[in-house]
Amino acid sequence: MFNFKHEWVETNVGVMLVLVMLAISVGGLVEITPLFFIKNTVEPVKGVYPYTPLELRGRDIYQANGCFYCHSQMIRPFRDEALRYGHYSLAAESQYDHPFLWGSERQGPDLARVGGKYSNEWMVQHLISPRSVVPESIMPAFPFLEQPLAYNDIEQRMEALRDAGVPYALTPAENARNIKQFGPKIAEELYIPDAKKNLIAQARAGDYDGHPGQITQMDALVAYLQVLGTMVDFSKYPNDQFVQDR
Amino acid sequence: MGAAAGSPAQQYNYEVIKKFAIMTLVWGVVGMAAGVYIAAELAWPHLNFGIPYIEFGRLRPVHTNLVIFGFGGSALFATSYYVVQRTCQTRLFSDGLASFTFWGWQAAMVLAPISYMLGHTKSREYAEMEWPLVLLVEVTWVAYLLVFVGTIMKRKQPHIYVSNWFYLAFILAVALLWTFNNLTIPVSLFHMKSYSLFSGVQDAMLQWWYGHNAVGFFLTAAFLGMMYYFVPKQAGRPIYSYRLSIVHFWALSFLYMWAGGHHLHWTALPDWTSTLAATFSIMLLLPSWGGMINGIMTLSGAWDKLRTDPVMRFLIVALSFYGMATFEGPMMALKNVNALSHYTNWTIGHVHSGTLGWVSMITFGSFYHLIPKLWNRKLYSVKLVTVHFWLATIGVLLYIIAMWISGITQGLMWRAFDAYGNLQYSFVESVAAIHPFMVMRWVGGVFFLTGTLLMVYNCYMTVRAGAPETEPAGGNLQPAGANA
Repeated sequence: MFNFKHEWVETNVGVMLVLVMLAISVGGLVEITPLFFIKNTVEPVKGVYPYTPLELRGRDIYQANGCFYCHSQMIRPFRDEALRYGHYSLAAESQYDHPFLWGSERQGPDLARVGGKYSNEWMVQHLISPRSVVPESIMPAFPFLEQPLAYNDIEQRMEALRDAGVPYALTPAENARNIKQFGPKIAEELYIPDAKKNLIAQARAGDYDGHPGQITQMDALVAYLQVLGTMVDFSKYPNDQFVQDR
Repeated sequence: MGAAAGSPAQQYNYEVIKKFAIMTLVWGVVGMAAGVYIAAELAWPHLNFGIPYIEFGRLRPVHTNLVIFGFGGSALFATSYYVVQRTCQTRLFSDGLASFTFWGWQAAMVLAPISYMLGHTKSREYAEMEWPLVLLVEVTWVAYLLVFVGTIMKRKQPHIYVSNWFYLAFILAVALLWTFNNLTIPVSLFHMKSYSLFSGVQDAMLQWWYGHNAVGFFLTAAFLGMMYYFVPKQAGRPIYSYRLSIVHFWALSFLYMWAGGHHLHWTALPDWTSTLAATFSIMLLLPSWGGMINGIMTLSGAWDKLRTDPVMRFLIVALSFYGMATFEGPMMALKNVNALSHYTNWTIGHVHSGTLGWVSMITFGSFYHLIPKLWNRKLYSVKLVTVHFWLATIGVLLYIIAMWISGITQGLMWRAFDAYGNLQYSFVESVAAIHPFMVMRWVGGVFFLTGTLLMVYNCYMTVRAGAPETEPAGGNLQPAGANA
């Protein structure tokens, strides 16, 4: 009986194609689609905003060099990780991350909250010559980050992200929406027509790489690293605030 | 059987198979050499030399892509084209389209590593290719589906042999996974860079739905297809159980797609999703072991071949590693085990017991059977196969033992507290502690690579210098239904 039934499948390639498609589609449909619709998948939290133009370029450089292969950006809700890295990561904190960079390995430490933990000088020295500050480090040296940053296409990059749903503003109306949502100071950084101006201004003012005269990949990368995990002020929330949304 | 006249080389399209077989070996050597080099970089970081193109973060996708898609992919193209022709007793549906899949695939394998070294990447593990390469692979893959299904449709056997079920599920699943995990928005038509259509938690789940099923279908289902042809062929016996193959095929196809969330335990992914994924991961043990048992028991009554036939030894040890890795996997999908193992080298060791122990070994065994058949030659040296077998086996063992020790060391050191409730170790102390094992892992890789080089030499000598061997026309494999 059993053989007879399956014989029908294994003698009809069309039937087999359809049944296989059904078998392999269910899992993804059940597990992935609800994530777009269940509201508390991304918990409500104040303070998370999209990257500034300079930070965005820094993130691109972080990606291009494959930093995420060795550094996770996802702190788990364990006591040791709380002590080592800080509050566990919330889904809301990567809601503007296209793509997510949670990582899967820790050849180096987690970077989800590395922002503000080290000075810019330390960051630069550590990136150029890791073992000069951490002798046991196995991180590659990145002296080539001191090359000029390409940012001519920054508006296009932000527009692509806007198409993907990041609230970068292209029109005054969108800018007004951003002012309402993020406040005037942050909204200014998210306004695409001013992207180049903003990028240059942040690099000059921040002077991340210690060379105020030029804007380098190092400026962008350090600006990105320094903002990681700094957006949400956890002291404003009770201790178990986010447990209900896990 | 053997409806068509003439030798198999005339009856079937062997040309495209030969080309894929050669490139399998080429990418195997290049991809594994890249792996050995980045393993060395992790042990001796000066080997990064401060050069952007060869630093670890850019070379890692070169390694993973070349071994998975270059070596594994070419091996699957070669064997699937061989198996589908032999078991359907018909020539490939379209020689031109088959040739297109060869050139499309090889172009992607040349361009992808170059693009990674230049810093173009989507930063999705095992799907790093930027959008132009994604499209190239997509088109190639659709052509592959057409060739494969087209060939099955003109088969001269009523039954579709079990290997082809697995190859078919693999081609369909990879098409589905590849399409959805690569939805990005290019910065412009003349720009390599693109940004993922999705963000954060949804993006993460999509990626690991893809990532785990790249393992499930690319590295498992498809290689089971390979196993279902070459193990019975080499053993000269029919598959152990026809029913088991049906049950484990459908269970595997259905269950695998649910398991990806176990890569995201304890993250910002909602608990319900990762718990569901863990549940299915545990269930997955059954069809996985169903396949292993079906393969190994095929040798029932001919166990002496393990002593006399090194090719058989490759195939059976591959199945043993498959069984071990598919036991370890569900165990690591348990939340409390995962709390220790995640982010550590244990995961990397687990992957390699699958990829080196299962994927590579089943490929080696199958190729030692396939290469002489394709070129109609006798294998140059059986002794070299034995040496290769031991180099590979010792290499895998060194690798995974090193990764178990270093992974568990990392996990335990990260969570260790002193008597005052403070963290006992700084992060970098865990880096220093595992250094010896990173060296040991590199040595394991060198063993494995050396074995592969021996295989290349053996195959080269077989093709160039081996004695021609005459083979009767037509395939002689029993249709699946006959073995019930």
